[in-house]
Amino acid sequence: MAVKLGVPSKGRLQELTFDWFRTRGLDLRRSGSVREYAGAVDGFEGVELVLLSAGEIPRELVSGRIDLGVTGTDLVHERIPLWDQQMELLARLGFGHADLLLAVPKVWIDVDTLDDLDAAAAQFRARHGFRLRIATKYHTMVREFLRLNGVADYQLVDSQGATEGTVKNLTAEAIADISSTGDTLEANHLKPLADGLIHQSQAALFRARVAPAGTADQNILATLLARIGVHQSE
Amino acid sequence: MLNDRRGRIKAEAERMSAFFLAEGALPVEAASLQPAEILLDLYGEDIRARAYVTHDPMQGEQMLRPDFTVPVVQMHMDEGAEPARYTYQGPVWRKQAPGSDRASEYLQVGFELFDRTDPAASDAEVFALFGQVLEGLNLRASTGDLGILMAAVSGLSTIERRKAALKRHIWRPMRFRALLDRFGGASTMPESRRKLLEAVKSATVPEQIKAAGRFVGLRGRDEIAERVAALEEDQAAPPISREEVGYLEDILSIREKADIALKHLRRIEADFGPIRSAVDRFEQRLEALEARGIDVAALDFEGSYGRTTLEYYDGFVFGFHAEDRADLPVIASGGRYDALTGVLGRGRSIPAVGGVIRPEFVLALREGA
Repeated sequence: MAVKLGVPSKGRLQELTFDWFRTRGLDLRRSGSVREYAGAVDGFEGVELVLLSAGEIPRELVSGRIDLGVTGTDLVHERIPLWDQQMELLARLGFGHADLLLAVPKVWIDVDTLDDLDAAAAQFRARHGFRLRIATKYHTMVREFLRLNGVADYQLVDSQGATEGTVKNLTAEAIADISSTGDTLEANHLKPLADGLIHQSQAALFRARVAPAGTADQNILATLLARIGVHQSE
Repeated sequence: MLNDRRGRIKAEAERMSAFFLAEGALPVEAASLQPAEILLDLYGEDIRARAYVTHDPMQGEQMLRPDFTVPVVQMHMDEGAEPARYTYQGPVWRKQAPGSDRASEYLQVGFELFDRTDPAASDAEVFALFGQVLEGLNLRASTGDLGILMAAVSGLSTIERRKAALKRHIWRPMRFRALLDRFGGASTMPESRRKLLEAVKSATVPEQIKAAGRFVGLRGRDEIAERVAALEEDQAAPPISREEVGYLEDILSIREKADIALKHLRRIEADFGPIRSAVDRFEQRLEALEARGIDVAALDFEGSYGRTTLEYYDGFVFGFHAEDRADLPVIASGGRYDALTGVLGRGRSIPAVGGVIRPEFVLALREGA
């Protein structure tokens, strides 16, 4: 058996993840061809590198099929109810920063706060006969945030990509999406709400609370974590 | 063993159904799959987090029945004779909070009464029947009246828009409080709103919209202008007086036996006349309850009871709780929902009151498990 470490399968997030481990004395690398999703850990016996889509890593941690995983806190919060009972956040990695926020058209000069959004939603529903549509793929976090803040008369519409374009395309009136710089919002004539920050996400290293089977693997995990200088709670 | 327990819960449900049938209720059924649109429209996005949604290629989004009230009201509005008493029993499906060990599929037994003649008598009938069918379980009944709170909001000496905003959030106590603070002048205006109201003095709304960027979205310029006008109207209106805010707070803070609550409300009414007819209705209800042998001097009344339930009750509300069993939620609950019949009745409406019981908790109490 081996301790399994899940990391993003490609792109900038993978590079930064490899960098983060390298500065902590652990060399991760892809093995095989560039297109093959296979990886290795150099100079550390008993650790297997698993390349996964960042979106699948939370689920794999819950099931215990991987022991450690790097993914965005937004994905964990959105997809795993009571996530902290299922996994432990060991370290925030300081990259992959992105804010999940609510945004509305810049021309809505009367809307700057959640209080305004709520009033605009009531007005919109009375005028148009349906609830104000908010496009997002983060249904759980957005719904909970709006419930806690007492916003009514809205509906969520699913948008798995190009969410900022939904307002212009008239399939939504507002959006809730990840924005790392604000440029995309600006380019799509949207502005964030002053108090509409739902979640500040970044890449993080998580440990599955399902312990690896066997003392050998448990020792490897403890040694690995000691090497990279992070502490687990139990 | 598991099946045995299910069997005993079912038997408990049957016993309660038989009780309501003997009281003259017609048995009714409802489909397990309900069109999601109506439920979403009524309850809002929150119901999506509570109900199981599925999709049919032809019929669109469907929900596993999260309650019986909506289909029973629809059935009555479409084909029911008046007055009508209905009873039903069957499973409903609700997603439970993460980590909860509560069942997501459970039985409900319900009773609903549609009658125009004497709302006070109808309220009392429903409450008394629930009391009887739950007799011997040592439950504490809580009651409330959202009609009094609504009448109080309607009676405020302020602009209609503020009253509408408060009424819209009666079921969201925190938002209600925040609005009341703002309308009462207790909290300051957000900076962005102050700036906007300052800016519209020197440039028109269309000019400002133009300056803000390219126009996108379905919400029109006229809607934006309308809301800016509403904000200006709000700014110009004097705050809701300290006295009137005090009356609302007083009503919401009532936690007394029903007969004492009535005296308390009459004292508020002496200064704040608009709640008079709602308090009259409360008094008539207490008389009707007494006529059915209920001791109103021993009945709990709370001014804010029913504010955190799903938002369709608009008058009398009640719940039966097992005080020595903090692990169990409310055993039975109900209330008046006149406005809901109007929403579902496509122009027609009828006063209606009813409630539901959870047989599994009744059984848990009987068996001490």
